[in-house]
Amino acid sequence: MGIEIMREKCVGCAACVKACPFNAISMKDGKAVIGPECTLCGACVKHCRFDAIEFERPRGKEVDHSSYRGVWVYCETRRGKLMHSALELVSRARELADELGEEVGAMVFGSGAPETFTVLGDHGADVVHFSSESRFDEYLTGNLAPLVSGLILKHRPGIVLFPATHTGRDLAPRVAASLAVGLTADCTGLAVQDGLLIQSRPAFGGNIMADIVSPDVRPQMATVRPNVFKARGGLGKKPDTFEVNLNEGMIDATVRIIEIVRTSKEGVKGIEEADIVISGGGGMKNAENFRVLEELAATLNGTVGASRVAVDAGWRPRSDQIGQTGKTISPKLYIACGISGKIQHQVGMRGSEVVVAINKDPSAPIFKVADYGIVGDLFQVVPALNEAFRELLGGG
Amino acid sequence: MRIIVCVKQVPDTTEVRIDPKTNTLIREGVESILNPYDQFALEEALRLKAERVDVKVTVLSMGPPQARKVLLKSLALGADEAVLLSDRAFAGSDTWATSIALSGAVKEMGDADIIFCGLQAIDGDTAQVGPEMAQLLDIPQLTYAERVSLTHDLKVRVEQQMEDGSRVLESETPVLVTCVPPPSFVPKVPPMPGILKTKSKPYKVWDSKKIGADPSDLGLQGSPTRVRRTYSPPPRGEVTIIPGDAREASRSLARILMDRNIVGGVD
Repeated sequence: MGIEIMREKCVGCAACVKACPFNAISMKDGKAVIGPECTLCGACVKHCRFDAIEFERPRGKEVDHSSYRGVWVYCETRRGKLMHSALELVSRARELADELGEEVGAMVFGSGAPETFTVLGDHGADVVHFSSESRFDEYLTGNLAPLVSGLILKHRPGIVLFPATHTGRDLAPRVAASLAVGLTADCTGLAVQDGLLIQSRPAFGGNIMADIVSPDVRPQMATVRPNVFKARGGLGKKPDTFEVNLNEGMIDATVRIIEIVRTSKEGVKGIEEADIVISGGGGMKNAENFRVLEELAATLNGTVGASRVAVDAGWRPRSDQIGQTGKTISPKLYIACGISGKIQHQVGMRGSEVVVAINKDPSAPIFKVADYGIVGDLFQVVPALNEAFRELLGGG
Repeated sequence: MRIIVCVKQVPDTTEVRIDPKTNTLIREGVESILNPYDQFALEEALRLKAERVDVKVTVLSMGPPQARKVLLKSLALGADEAVLLSDRAFAGSDTWATSIALSGAVKEMGDADIIFCGLQAIDGDTAQVGPEMAQLLDIPQLTYAERVSLTHDLKVRVEQQMEDGSRVLESETPVLVTCVPPPSFVPKVPPMPGILKTKSKPYKVWDSKKIGADPSDLGLQGSPTRVRRTYSPPPRGEVTIIPGDAREASRSLARILMDRNIVGGVD
């Protein structure tokens, strides 16, 4: 394990100096020299056109476990803003770290990073590693993967958690493979037992649960579903913050963003992050009728989702689709309106804490996975429900 | 241009049931299918092939000899050749060990321009094998691709699904793309002429030696993760049907949800 510049092959082109995310390579006497800042992330290797860098990736299996300490969280930001999942994961990391007697570390990147220190500390972070460069405001795998891998190699946390969002599920396996460690996807439960992280996750479309461990490698890594753990603030910690020493030259030019289309409204939580999701299916009959769901969502501060039938009919954008070919969500409350609830839909919403079904057909399968049901016409029930909540919540 | 499409044979999860006594999957009577995400990836690859004359599409799978079925289906849909990685040494692979084997096979095949994978397989739902392969091959990745196209200068363009919309990304080759079918996707049924042509197409079976992988990296032995136990998800209790007309039922339900702190409670 290690890295070395083969001096006889190095022509002094300095391509590796530019490629290093940590400014660890410098030129001396016309040859590249690797300094102590090197984290063995390997980002330089492919940039050398002369095969002058000899590199063997560190192997997770060969490590001394006792030197890996700390529970770390990759805190996702979008357009510079911290996602709620970051606070949920930091809160859970705090509980796990307390059991282990270790520290909580957070990684946060993007122009809004410095504004997150207080809230991350409030939820239990002891240490924050950050960069406030705007190049991280729009996620690109190639920008972040070497950086995150490098930080992990350098600081050796025992556990690293990522959100199971599109970004987290893109980044975490890339990082895990570069570290040659295991990764458990989409966890809905995390616990510590005999020093090992027990990672619980659904498989086979939620038909079975499995507890996964990574006994021989460090760090133990998992992606975790948003909305599974509660964000618990009020700890008032003042985290130590460390700005990542970034190299200006490290910009991955192989992948470019050509266009960005946002369909979600500013200020409304996406369906993965919402505590309350009110979802409509074939029974909605047309796009216009979704207004009754929007009204209830406004009262409850929730977000409107849709079944595949409603998306296929063009009533709602596909980013709102819940089910096997759409999103898998786990809100506190899921209200299914005019959704029959075939197994493919259940896959997407079964993780909800409480499920309410509103349907005309008492034999609709949705009632099999619901906690509460109202058999009736949704166009009468949903407005009545809205009215009842408005009265009880005192919103007038 | 060479395209490799990775496919997996999976049990149809909409049919899967758990034996309540043993907490294991009841596989009997459950049909094995081509993972729908992979079929979409294959159809995207074949669409690129239809647009250009010089594209060769190889389908690659790792699995038991029975996985032949999904490779034959892929050939019938229009792929040019098939490779099945089949060896007891691969048994029990987690996503890391699977990625080692598949990326080893990709390296063995030589210069691929685009590697297609389904975003995830419907049995494991991890979405990890694609990015792990991309890292092991040291090439960029484009994940959550709903549509794939080639630019005039042969860069790969994808429409990437994001939680809050979508993005168009462009990458140089070689690149690995993971595909997610749009809701409107209906998997094609192989046409009869395609089925007849499968016999004349190359079909290879490779073992672990062929890909030159370190045996300690493969199968259960090479897998850093272990399944400690499996169990049925906690069952939801019986549904409570709230009685009364729309107004009465709504009032009762609103009260229950507020009493349980599901609505209006403190987070």
